[in-house]
Amino acid sequence: MNDMTEIAEAGRAGPTASRGASAVAMEGRDVKVFYGEKQALFGVSLAIERNSVTSLIGPSGCGKSTFLRCLNRMNDTIPICRVEGTITLDGEDIYDRSLDVVELRARVGMVFQKPNPFPKSIFDNVAYGPKIHGMVRTKAETEEIVVSSLRRAGLFNEVKDRLNEPGTGLSGGQQQRLCIARAIATRPEVLLMDEPCSALDPIATAIIEELIDELRETYTIVIVTHSMQQAARVSQKTAFFHLGKLIEEGRTEDIFTNPVHKQTQDYITGRIG
Amino acid sequence: MTDASLSRPASAQPYDRQRLRKRRAAADFRLRAYGIAAISAAIGMLGILLVTIFVGGYQAFVQTHIRVDFDIAADAVDPANPAAANWRAIVADGLDSLLPGVESPAQVRALGQLLTNNTQFFVRNAVVANPALIGGTLTLEVPAADIIDQLNKGVIRRDTASENRRVSDQQIAWFDQLVADGRVSTPFNWGLFTNPDSRFPEIAGLLNGMVGSLYVVAVCFLVSFPVGIGAAIYLEEFAPRNRWTDLIEVNINNLAAVPSIVFGLLGLAVFIQIFGIPRSAPLAGGLVIALMTLPTLIIVTRNALKAVPPSIREAAYGMGASPQQVIFHHVLPLAFPGILTGTIIGMAAALGETAPLLLIGMNAFITSPPGGVLDAATTLPTQIYIWADSPERGFVARTNAGIIVLLGFLLIMNALAIFLRQRLERRW
Repeated sequence: MNDMTEIAEAGRAGPTASRGASAVAMEGRDVKVFYGEKQALFGVSLAIERNSVTSLIGPSGCGKSTFLRCLNRMNDTIPICRVEGTITLDGEDIYDRSLDVVELRARVGMVFQKPNPFPKSIFDNVAYGPKIHGMVRTKAETEEIVVSSLRRAGLFNEVKDRLNEPGTGLSGGQQQRLCIARAIATRPEVLLMDEPCSALDPIATAIIEELIDELRETYTIVIVTHSMQQAARVSQKTAFFHLGKLIEEGRTEDIFTNPVHKQTQDYITGRIG
Repeated sequence: MTDASLSRPASAQPYDRQRLRKRRAAADFRLRAYGIAAISAAIGMLGILLVTIFVGGYQAFVQTHIRVDFDIAADAVDPANPAAANWRAIVADGLDSLLPGVESPAQVRALGQLLTNNTQFFVRNAVVANPALIGGTLTLEVPAADIIDQLNKGVIRRDTASENRRVSDQQIAWFDQLVADGRVSTPFNWGLFTNPDSRFPEIAGLLNGMVGSLYVVAVCFLVSFPVGIGAAIYLEEFAPRNRWTDLIEVNINNLAAVPSIVFGLLGLAVFIQIFGIPRSAPLAGGLVIALMTLPTLIIVTRNALKAVPPSIREAAYGMGASPQQVIFHHVLPLAFPGILTGTIIGMAAALGETAPLLLIGMNAFITSPPGGVLDAATTLPTQIYIWADSPERGFVARTNAGIIVLLGFLLIMNALAIFLRQRLERRW
C-alpha cells in the first residue's frame, strides 16, 4: 500500500521521477477480452518497455486497438466489454479494485485516431487535464503547464497568438498535436496512441512522427498503426497481432528484417491484411 | 449466343431506352407536382385560418369611447367617504347634461344603455384616486356599451328592421347626436390587455388569462425542466441497457401520445382530490401540464445528448474525467442549444394546452387576476374558451382577438427558440 502511494506521487511529480529500476513500464499477462459473447483477444502477454516506442501492428480487427484500450481501461466505457488476465503499471494491477480509473488515466494518457479537441479554446483544451486532476492551483501554474505542454508538442510557436481561439479551428495536424499536448499536460508516464496519423496528410504525419521520437525520451509510448513504414520509422519494439492473438513481438528491425513466423512475414510483405 | 446479344440485351434497345426515359421523367414530374399540390393545400388552409381569425378579431383591438362630463358636486360626495356616494345618480346626471330632455323612466334606462354598465365604478375610482376632483367636473372617456360599440363598428346594421335589432331607433339617434357633437372616439383598446374578465364585452380583457398562463407555464417549467433533464441524463448516460430501461423507454414514448384530457382527469383525481390543491389553481394546472410536457422534454433532451459526438466523450474519458465531469464539462454544454430549443417549444405547447385545464376548473369566471399560484385563475386558451361560449355579440371579436394574442405569444416563443439555436449552436 505504501509503495502504491509512492508511485502515485512520483507519477504526479513528473515522468522522469517515476523511472524505477525496472525497464518494464506496463505489462499484460494472458489478457483476454470479450465483447459480449465474442472474444476479441486470446491470452495476449506483452511487456512495454520504458522510454521506448512500442508499435502494435496487424490487419483490421486483429485486436491491437482493443489491447491498447485495455492499457488505460478505456474499454470500461463499453458496457458489454469484459477483460480477463492482468495488466500492470509499475508492477501494480490496473484492474485492481483499489486503483481509481481516473488516476490511472492521468498516468496513462491517450491520443485518438481522429483529432478530437474539445470545442473550447486552445488554452482550455490543454489546461483541462491539470485542472480536473488538481495539479494546478494558480493561474500562473496553469499558464506554465499549458505553455510547456504546447512547446513539447511542437505547437506553441504556431498558436501562441491565438490561445483563446477554439481548438477546433486548427488544421488536422495541428489539432492532433493539440491532442498530444493535452495528453502530456497531465504528465503521464505512458502515452497511448491509436493510429494518430491515419487522418493526416504526409507532411503532418512526418511532424507527428518526429514528435513521437522526441517524446520517447520522457514518456513510454505505445502506438497502434496501420502503416508498417511508420512502425519501422518510429518504434523500437513491434508487436504483430493477428485474429486476436499476439503472433510475434521483438525489436523492430528484427520483426521487419527477420520475422520468425510465416504470418508476420506475409503481413509485412503485404500478402495478408 | 453471339457477342452482340450479350452486350445489348433486348430491353436496352434504343427505342425502349427512350420510352423508359420518358416514363421516368413523367414519374419525377408527377411526384414533384403532388408535392407542390400538398404544400399549396397546407398553405391555403393555414391562410384561410389566419384570415378568418384576423377578419373576425381586428375590431376588438379598438373600442368605441364616449366623452362625458360628470359634475362631482361637493354636496353629493362626502370627502371622508367618497366611495359611498350615489354614483349611479351622478352618471345619470352626466348623461342628462349630454343629451338633455329625456324624462320617462324607460327613456332614461335606454339612455343609460349607451355607456358600459360599469361607468359608475370608473367615475367612482377616478374620484377616490383623486379627491381633489370633488366640487369640480370630471371629464372621462367612457367605453361605450357593447351594442353601441357594435353599431359604431357596423356589426349591428342600421338597415335591419328595428324589432330585430338590439339598438333602438332612439338610441341610434342619440348616438348620431353624440358623433355630431364630437364626443365619440375609437382609440386602441388597451383594455383588452389591462382589464380582467367581465360579463360586459366592452370592458372584458385578457389580463387574467395572461397572468394565469404565466403562472401555469412557470410552474410547468420549474417542475418539468429539472425532472426531464435529470431523467434524460440518467437514461442516456448511466442507465444500463436491459429490460427495465427498455420498458421505461417504451412508456415514455407512449406517455407522449396520451390524450391530454386523460392528464386532466389525473390532475383532478390526484392533485386536487388527494393533494388538496385548490380547484382552478395555476399550481394544479402547471403540474398537470408538466406531466404532459415531461415525455417530450425527455425525448428532446435525449436526442440532444445523443447528437454530441462520441469522440468528445472519448477525449474527456481519456483525460481521466469522471462521468459527472464528462457530462457537466463537455456533453451538456454541447447539447444545451438543443435542450433549450426543445424546452421552449415544449413550453409553447404548454401555453396552448386547454383540455386538461378545463377539467381542473380553470375555465371559471374570475374577475380579478390571480395573486399567486394557489388563487383561482384562467389561462389564455381557457379564457378564449369562455369567451367563445358567451352570447354577447362583442365576445365574437374578442374571442378572435384572444386567439391572435395567444398566437402572438406562441410566435414569439418559437422565434426565440430559433434565434437561440442559431446563436448558441457550435460547430465541431
